[in-house]
Amino acid sequence: MSGKNDALLEFRDVVKTYGQGQTAFQALCGVDLRIAPGEFLAVMGPSGSGKSTAMNILGCLDAPTSGAYLFQGVHVERLDRNQRALLRRHYLGFVFQGFNLLSRTSAQENVELPLLYRGEPAAQRHAAARQALARVGLSGWETHTSAELSGGQQQRVAIARAIVTQPLVLLADEPTGNLDSTRSHEIMELLVRLNREQGITVLMVTHEADMSAYAQRIVHFVDGMVESDAAQPERETQ
Amino acid sequence: MYLNAILLALREIRRNLMRSFLTILGIVIGVAAVITMVTLGNGATRMVSEQISSLGSNLLILRPGQRMGPAAFGSAAFRVSDADAIRTQIWALRGVAPTVSRSAPLVAGNENWSSSVTGSTNEYFTIGNWQFASGRPFSDEEQQSGRAVCIIGETVRNKLFGRQNPVGAQIRVKNFSCPVVGLLVAKGQGAMGMDQDDMVLIPLKAAQRRLIGKPQDVTVILLSMRDGVDSSQVMTQIRRLMRERRKLAESEDDNFTIMDTRQIAETLSSTVGTMTTLLGAVAAVSLLVGGIGIMNIMLVSVTERTREIGIRLAIGALEHEVLLQFLIEAVALSMLGGILGIVLAFAACLVLSSVTQMPFDFDPGINLVSFFFSAAIGVLFGYMPARRAARLDPIEALRHE
Ligand SMILES: Nc1ncnc2c1ncn2[C@@H]1O[C@H](COP(=O)(O)OP(=O)(O)OP(=O)(O)O)[C@@H](O)[C@H]1O
Ligand SMILES: [Mg+2]
Repeated sequence: MSGKNDALLEFRDVVKTYGQGQTAFQALCGVDLRIAPGEFLAVMGPSGSGKSTAMNILGCLDAPTSGAYLFQGVHVERLDRNQRALLRRHYLGFVFQGFNLLSRTSAQENVELPLLYRGEPAAQRHAAARQALARVGLSGWETHTSAELSGGQQQRVAIARAIVTQPLVLLADEPTGNLDSTRSHEIMELLVRLNREQGITVLMVTHEADMSAYAQRIVHFVDGMVESDAAQPERETQ
Repeated sequence: MYLNAILLALREIRRNLMRSFLTILGIVIGVAAVITMVTLGNGATRMVSEQISSLGSNLLILRPGQRMGPAAFGSAAFRVSDADAIRTQIWALRGVAPTVSRSAPLVAGNENWSSSVTGSTNEYFTIGNWQFASGRPFSDEEQQSGRAVCIIGETVRNKLFGRQNPVGAQIRVKNFSCPVVGLLVAKGQGAMGMDQDDMVLIPLKAAQRRLIGKPQDVTVILLSMRDGVDSSQVMTQIRRLMRERRKLAESEDDNFTIMDTRQIAETLSSTVGTMTTLLGAVAAVSLLVGGIGIMNIMLVSVTERTREIGIRLAIGALEHEVLLQFLIEAVALSMLGGILGIVLAFAACLVLSSVTQMPFDFDPGINLVSFFFSAAIGVLFGYMPARRAARLDPIEALRHE
């Protein structure tokens, strides 16, 4: 569906092996995947099928064992730790399955963190963080620490932290994994808005068909391989 | 970037107040203990050496009886002629002061006090390094006739006359009254802790007749040597002379003792020095224990911090940025601990030295050494676990439980 040269992210025969020798386990067994700019893609599949593994590699948090991962044509697997960190810093926003917020730290400070590493001045950091929190519906919760927030609120702080830098790509690993359906739909609406209004490419792992319905394209993983990869018709949001 | 790292480090310290406090506490106690012990030890050493010099230089003390036995009992006292013989026969001596003393009640006006009354000659003052605050030494006439006049120390003045000048006033000593002709400059505590200024001096003859009732007896002879003479040689000469005069047979032990105050002083100050070293060693152990405490706290917090490091790396922090933050955090905590330790030690030394009346010798060396040692421990154990964590892949660090 996308041309040879306009892929934003591209997997070429990516293999990821955990462990060595006898206990070695292949979590990804030669995955090919092309993602165009501005896409909203859902990744589905049974537990242990390698979804998180693929997301971590796409998010430049992990390196493939073999094969190539191209980010805007750049071979990520050839970059060193620091170069990958800089890719994360400037182009990627990652929403972790387990939130991964700093404990004993206010929502505001958590959201400001990526901007701090980008070296943005304090005034801009504060404003941007406040705005991002407002976008996820958390105005007025800035000074609350993670422990003082509900699961859904923490999830939204994590999303705010991922979008505060206006990343090129937003990767979300089961962003609605432990939320009730109302909250889940709210978050999906937000992701769709970000995708449509700001042109942010969104990659999302989910187990629920309800959620994947928001995506333009669904990739199914089974046993470390892409089993199906299909576009689906645009869906109207309320 | 440095500003960022400092900001992050300070935030982290504030956020983990308890952990920061415990880390600092170990350093504070260790540093304070080492500095206090060594400073007080130095003060004690200096106090001893000051007292040594106040005793008078090259001083020998000759007394009847054996060194360890009950001083005067059993052995005959010296005679005035013994002192004269020593004076004329041993050229290496500069001064010879025969003395007798006895504790006696003192009364002046409505005040009374009991003090040690010593009879001696004017040589007593030169041998003992005594200076006159007011008044004069004994006149030749007073010394020869044994007139009852007295020269008093600061403590006696204080007890009997307050701040008034005692010269010209009368003191009743035991059952005779004598005018005060001189006041001595205070010397303070002696090496054994006794008050050197609590004393009254009267002419030797007056003491022998009116206080002791034995006109020829001399109990202690103070001797000062000329500069540069060998004290052990002088002591041998005196010993030979005294054995001869006291008619001791070859087989008999000495029934008198010669002490070299410098030797006593040196023994004393080297004992104090040993004590100081020992205390310092104990304190160093406490610094080490403090260091181990810091290490523990740092290691315990590694789980939490590893996840924190994983989050920072995942968000786009570079390895060296994270490390810089942790390094600054460790340095800041250690330095704060070190500074607080020094302040605490300073306060403790001030209090303790005023309580024990020891001089307070601020020693920059020990302050620096213990400060840098604690800083090094803090930095090492704050930084090393962080370095290990920052080398992990972000995903591994995040998975750390
Ligand atoms: N660090 C690791 N060491 C060893 N094996 C691993 C590691 N991480 C993942 N695996 C294995 O790789 C396989 C794929 O894991 P992955 O986390 O990608 O699954 P997933 O599709 O995200 O599953 P879920 O839906 O349960 O999150 C699993 O069988 C898992 O056991
Ligand atoms: Mg997963």
